[in-house]
Amino acid sequence: MSMGKPLPHDAAPLHVTGQARYVDDIPLPANALHLAFGLSTIAHGRITALDLSAVRAAPGVVAVFGPEDFDEMPDCSPSAHDEPLLSTGEVFYLGMPIFLVAAESHLAARKAARLAKVGYETLPALLTVDDALAAQSRFEDGPVLWQKGDAPRAITGAAHVVEGQLEVGGQEHFYLEGQVAACLPLEGGELLVHSSTQHPSEIQHKVAHALHLPMSAVRVEVRRMGGGFGGKESQGNALAIACAVVATRTGRPAKMRYDRDDDMMITGKRHDLRILYRAGFDDNGQITGVEFTHLFRCGWAQDLSLPVADRAMLHSDNCYHLPHIRIESHRLKTHTQSATAFRGFGGPQGMVGIERVMDHIAHALGRDPLEVRRANFYHAANTEAAPAPPVGQITPEAPPADDSVDLTSRGATAMQPRGTVPARAATAQTTPYFMPVEDFIGHELVAALVASSDYAARRRAIAEWNQASPILKRGIALTPVKFGISFTLTHLNQAGALVHVYQDGSIHLNHGGTEMGQGLFQKVAQVAAGVFGVDPARVKITATDTAKVPNTSATAASSGSDLNGMAAQAACIIIRDRMAEFIAAKHQVKPETVCFADGLVRVAGEAYEFARVAMWAYLARVSLSSTGFYATPKLQWDRKAGKGRPFLYFAYGAAVTEVVIDTLTGENRILRADLLHDTGNSLNTALDIGQIEGAYVQGAGWLTTEELVWDAKGRLATHAPSTYKIPACSDRPSVFNVALWGKPNREDTVGRSKAVGEPPFMLGISAFYALSDAIAACGPGYPALDAPATAERVLAAVNRVRGHV
Amino acid sequence: MSQIAFHLNGAPIRVSDEAPTRTLLDWLRETRGLTGTKEGCNEGDCGACTVMVTDATGSRALNACILFLPQLDGKAVRTVEGIAGPQGQTHPVQQAMIDHHGSQCGFCTPGFIVSMATAHLNGASDHDDQLAGNLCRCTGYAPIIRAAKAAETAPVPEWMTTDRDIIRSSAGQGQSPARGEAEPAPRFVQPRSSDELAQWYLANPEGTLIAGATDVGLWVTKQLRNLAPVAFLSGITDLQQIEDQGDRLRIGAGVTIAALRAALGPRFPSLGELLRRYSSEQVRNAATIGGNIANGSPIGDGPPALIALGARLHLRRGDVRREMALEDFFLEYRKQDRQPGEFVEAVTIPAKAPALRCYKLSKRFDQDISAVCGCFNLTVADGVVTEARIAFGGMAGTPKRAAAVEAALLGQPLTLDVAEKAAARMAEDFTPLSDMRASAAYRLATAQNMLHRYVHDLNGTKVSVLEVRA
Repeated sequence: MSMGKPLPHDAAPLHVTGQARYVDDIPLPANALHLAFGLSTIAHGRITALDLSAVRAAPGVVAVFGPEDFDEMPDCSPSAHDEPLLSTGEVFYLGMPIFLVAAESHLAARKAARLAKVGYETLPALLTVDDALAAQSRFEDGPVLWQKGDAPRAITGAAHVVEGQLEVGGQEHFYLEGQVAACLPLEGGELLVHSSTQHPSEIQHKVAHALHLPMSAVRVEVRRMGGGFGGKESQGNALAIACAVVATRTGRPAKMRYDRDDDMMITGKRHDLRILYRAGFDDNGQITGVEFTHLFRCGWAQDLSLPVADRAMLHSDNCYHLPHIRIESHRLKTHTQSATAFRGFGGPQGMVGIERVMDHIAHALGRDPLEVRRANFYHAANTEAAPAPPVGQITPEAPPADDSVDLTSRGATAMQPRGTVPARAATAQTTPYFMPVEDFIGHELVAALVASSDYAARRRAIAEWNQASPILKRGIALTPVKFGISFTLTHLNQAGALVHVYQDGSIHLNHGGTEMGQGLFQKVAQVAAGVFGVDPARVKITATDTAKVPNTSATAASSGSDLNGMAAQAACIIIRDRMAEFIAAKHQVKPETVCFADGLVRVAGEAYEFARVAMWAYLARVSLSSTGFYATPKLQWDRKAGKGRPFLYFAYGAAVTEVVIDTLTGENRILRADLLHDTGNSLNTALDIGQIEGAYVQGAGWLTTEELVWDAKGRLATHAPSTYKIPACSDRPSVFNVALWGKPNREDTVGRSKAVGEPPFMLGISAFYALSDAIAACGPGYPALDAPATAERVLAAVNRVRGHV
Repeated sequence: MSQIAFHLNGAPIRVSDEAPTRTLLDWLRETRGLTGTKEGCNEGDCGACTVMVTDATGSRALNACILFLPQLDGKAVRTVEGIAGPQGQTHPVQQAMIDHHGSQCGFCTPGFIVSMATAHLNGASDHDDQLAGNLCRCTGYAPIIRAAKAAETAPVPEWMTTDRDIIRSSAGQGQSPARGEAEPAPRFVQPRSSDELAQWYLANPEGTLIAGATDVGLWVTKQLRNLAPVAFLSGITDLQQIEDQGDRLRIGAGVTIAALRAALGPRFPSLGELLRRYSSEQVRNAATIGGNIANGSPIGDGPPALIALGARLHLRRGDVRREMALEDFFLEYRKQDRQPGEFVEAVTIPAKAPALRCYKLSKRFDQDISAVCGCFNLTVADGVVTEARIAFGGMAGTPKRAAAVEAALLGQPLTLDVAEKAAARMAEDFTPLSDMRASAAYRLATAQNMLHRYVHDLNGTKVSVLEVRA
C-alpha cells in the first residue's frame, strides 16, 4: 500500500537541481512581450490627466494601454465585479494599476512604466477601520450578526467579566515566486495561459470573460507554483487578463511578472482586524457568555472578504463550547490593497480572539491558562460511531442568467443554498452556528501533548527562572486548534480527475488540484498507485489543465487532497474494475477475487505484471481511461443565518511554545515548540509533518515579526523583504518536536485522512500567548498584547503590566 | 575594456556588448537560458538567486540579482545547474535535501542548494548563519537544517573543487584580454590599484564607484537608474588589506564584511557578533566596509561600532590624502564630508577595546536592518569613567555620538543609578524618527535601556535573549 508512506515530494529531484520549471522559466517564442503596470501614487482620487507619451516613446516599448484603449474595462474580481483591470478614472488605493506597458523586455517595461505623467484630484482616503466605520464604508449592507442563546444576559449574570480589544495585523504571503502569467495566442483567437495560480478555472473564466470568448477557447495550465498560501487564489487574475489582452491585440505571446515591490504594493494580503470582546465566566473560568465584534479592514474591493470574515466567525469558538455567544462582523471598505485569502482564510483571526479571551480570563483568576482552556473544551467525542447527521439536500437557487458570474470562486455570492437547519443531535454540544461537535478529540490530544512536552514541570521551572532573572523573562503557552474542513460555499466541494492507463502499464494522472509545494500531487499519486497496487513511481504526475478536468474549485481551504484524492481514487477504481472484470472473465472467476498489489495482478492462482494485464486489456478493447468525480457529502449551510453544517469534519491539533523576552528592548525568541497534530490516517507522514512545521513557523511569523506598515498617506511602507520580515532560518524553534496524532478520520475521507494545509498554521498562536505569559511575569497588569508582537509591542506590554504607560 | 571573461559551471565564457550594470541573474536567465537560478526579490534579501563565485581568495555565496557582470571578471561562477556532477551525479546536499524533505514549493531551493554546497565546500557548519540570507516560506527551515547537518560529513565531490583549480591555473594571466585599438571607448573601468582608481576618479568625479554592489545594485534593480561612468573596485587588492600597526589596525576600504568579521571577531567578540548579524552571508561576502561608510546611511551597522572604537577615516583625492575622526565624516542625512573625486581609502581603529559592546535592535534577528544600533565603549579607571565613546545608528540622520550621555558619565562611577541619570540625557542627543522599523519613542527608550544593558553586560549578567536555551 503506497498510501501513508513518507515518500519525498515528487518534484524534489527537480527542485534541488534547478530543473523544476515555473511559469517564468517556460521558454517563450523570441517575439514575446513583457508587461508592467503603471501604478497609482495616491490612495484615493480622480485622475485628471494621464500623459503616456513618454511611456510610449521609451526604449523597447511596443504598446501602451490606458483606460481609453478599452471599450469595456475587463474585470478581475472573483466576486463583485468591482476590480477593473485598470482604473477607469478613479483610483482606490496607492498601487492600483492605471495603465499597462508591453515592451521587448521585463526591464524595459518596468522602466517605461515609471515615465507617465499623471495628474490627480485627491479625495479623502479611508485608511483605517476607524475611518471606515465613521464613514459607514463597508461591504454588505451592515454588520453580519450571528447569535446563539442570549450572550448579554449571560454576561451580566456572570460571576466575573473581562473585556478588551485586540489589534491583529495582516500578513503578506511572500510566496517566493511572485505573481506571474504568460499567454500564447493560438489559432482562431484561442488562448493558452500559463499562470501561477491556485485556481485555473478562475483564470480561465476571467480571461474568457475579458475577451468575450467561451471558456472552451481558453486553456489554462499550471504545473506548479513557487508558493501560494492563498495569495494565488484570486490575485493572479489581473496578470493573466493583461497577458491575454496583449496577446490578442498584438498577436504576440505576452508574459507578466510583478517585481517583488510591485507585487507587494498591488496585491492583497491577509485581513487585519480589530477584535472587541466581552466575556462572562464562573470561578473555574468557564465561560457563560461571550460577545465578539470583528472589525475587518477589507481594502478597496470585495474579493473574498465575505467568506473570509465568515470563517473568522466560524472559528470564534475554536475548541470551546460557548453556550451563549453573539458575534458581530463588520467588513469595512478602505482605500488600501484588497485583502484576500491567506492560509486559514479568517480562521486564524477568529481563533486568536477566543484564545485571547482564555488568556485574559486566566489572568483575571490567577490560573494557568491551560486550566481555563480545558474547562471550556467541548465534550469529548463519544467513542461510538457518530450519529448519522441529516444528509444535506442541497438545493441551490436557480443559477444566475448573467454568464459573467463566476460560480467557482469562493467570492461567489449569487447562489445561496436553501435548506433546513439540520436537526440537533440529542447529545452533542453545538458550535455557535449550531453544528453538532461530534468528533472532539481535544481532551486526549492535549493530555498527550502535556505529557510529551513536559508542560507542567517546565511551567514551574520557568516561574522559578523568572524569579532569578531581572532582565530576561520566559513564558510558555499551550493552545489548541479545531479547524473546520470544507469550503463554506457548499457547491465548491466537488472535484474531478482524469486517469489513463497506457498499454505499457504506465499511468497518467490528472486532477483539478494545483501544486504549490504542499505535495498534493505526490499524495494523490500515492492514492492512485494504491488502487492499482503499483509503485507510485509508475504514476506520471501532470500539470493541472483546464482542458483535462473542467470546472475545478480552487486548491484552497485545505481541501486539495480530500477532494482530488477522492476523485482520482474514483477514476482509478473505475479502470481497475474494468481490468478486473476483463482478467476475471479470462480466468472464469469472479472479478472480486482479482487482487492488485505489489505491481502484480493476482487472479485464479496466477500473478501477472500490471503492465501485461494493461496490454491484454488494450488488445481486448477495454477502455483504460476514466474520469472520476467526488462531491463532499453531508454539507448544508446558510451563511446569512449562520446556521447549518458547513464542514464535513474538524481537524485538531495543539502546540506548546516556550519563549524568552528582553524587558529592556522587547526582543524575543521562540526557544522550543512541541506540536501534536491530527491528520487522520496520514496519506504521507513526511509531507504532513512538512506542512505542520512550515505552517507553525508561518503562523508564528504572522504574530511576531511580520508587520505591515502603511504611512499616513496610505502607502505601504513595507513592500520588500528588506522591510517586511518573514521568519528567517534561525527564527525557527531550536527545539522543534512535531508529531502526528495518527488516528483515522471518523468521516469517510480518502484513506481516512484529514486535511492538513491550514489547520497547523494556527498552532503558531501558542507563540503569541507564550509571549503574553512572559510579559505577565513582569508585573501585575494584564499584557493585552497586540499582534504582531514585534519587539516594540512586547516592550509596550511590559511597561503596561508594570503600570508605566 | 568592454569585454569580460569568467568561467560558468566550469566552461570559459567571454561576454561583450552587455551593459556594465547588467545583472548576473538577468543574464543567466534571459541570455543563457539557465533558469534554475530564481528571482525572488531582486534586491539581495531572499537568496533565491544565490550563486557560488570563486576567486583566488576562495569560494563564496553571492546574490546574483545584485551582482553586475563585470564583477565576475576573472572569476568562476557556479549556478545550481553546476552543483550536480558532470555526469549528473547528485551532490550530497542535494541528496540530503531530497531525503530530509527540504523542498516544498521548490522555488527557494536552488538558492539553498548553492548556499549549502558552498558552505559544504568551505567546511562551514554554522548553518543558521550560512543560510540566514536564504528565505523559505514553506518548510519552516527545520528539514533544511536537518539536511545540512546530514550532509556535513560527506566528502566534497571532486567537481566542486575544479573552480579553484581553474582560478589557480589562470592566476597571473590577467583577467581580461587587452583592449584592441579599434574597440570602442570603455563603458566601465576596473582599476587594479588604488592609484589607478584615484586617477580615474579625479578625472570622472561624477562616476559611480561599485565595490560589492549590495546597495548600488538596488539603484539599478529598484530605482532603475542608469549609472555611468562606473568603476568596479573589486580588483583593487591593495584596498583589501588589514594591516596590524601594533596599537592600531588599518582596514582597507575594500575589506568585505565577511573578511572584517573573520579578522576582528576574535579580537572584539561583541563586534564580531554584530557583524555576524550584519545582513546575510551573501551580502557580507560582497559588501565592503568602505562602502558601508561612504554610503553614509544612518542605519549602517559599521559606523556606530567604528565610531565607538575611535576610528579614524582616511580619504584620498588624486594624490591628496586627509584623515579625520569617523564621526566627523557624517555631516547630515546622506551628506558626507567628501569632495568630488575623493574616496574612502581606509579606516584605522585601536587594536584593543575590552569594554566595547555592540547592540543591534531589529525586527528580525538575522538579516535585518537595525532600528537602533548602539555601540558602547567606556574606560573605567580608579572606579570612574575616564573615557566615553557611545555611538548610535538609527537615532539621527547620521551615525552619531551620544555626546550629552557621554558627558554625564565622565568622572562618575559606572553604576545603574549613574547610567539611568545619564540615559535620561539621551533626548538631548537624539530626536529619532518614526518609520516602518520603529517609532521614535521606542527608539529613544531602547537607546536609553541599552546603557542599562551595558552596565549589566560588563558585570557579566546575561543580557541577550540569544544566550538563552530551552
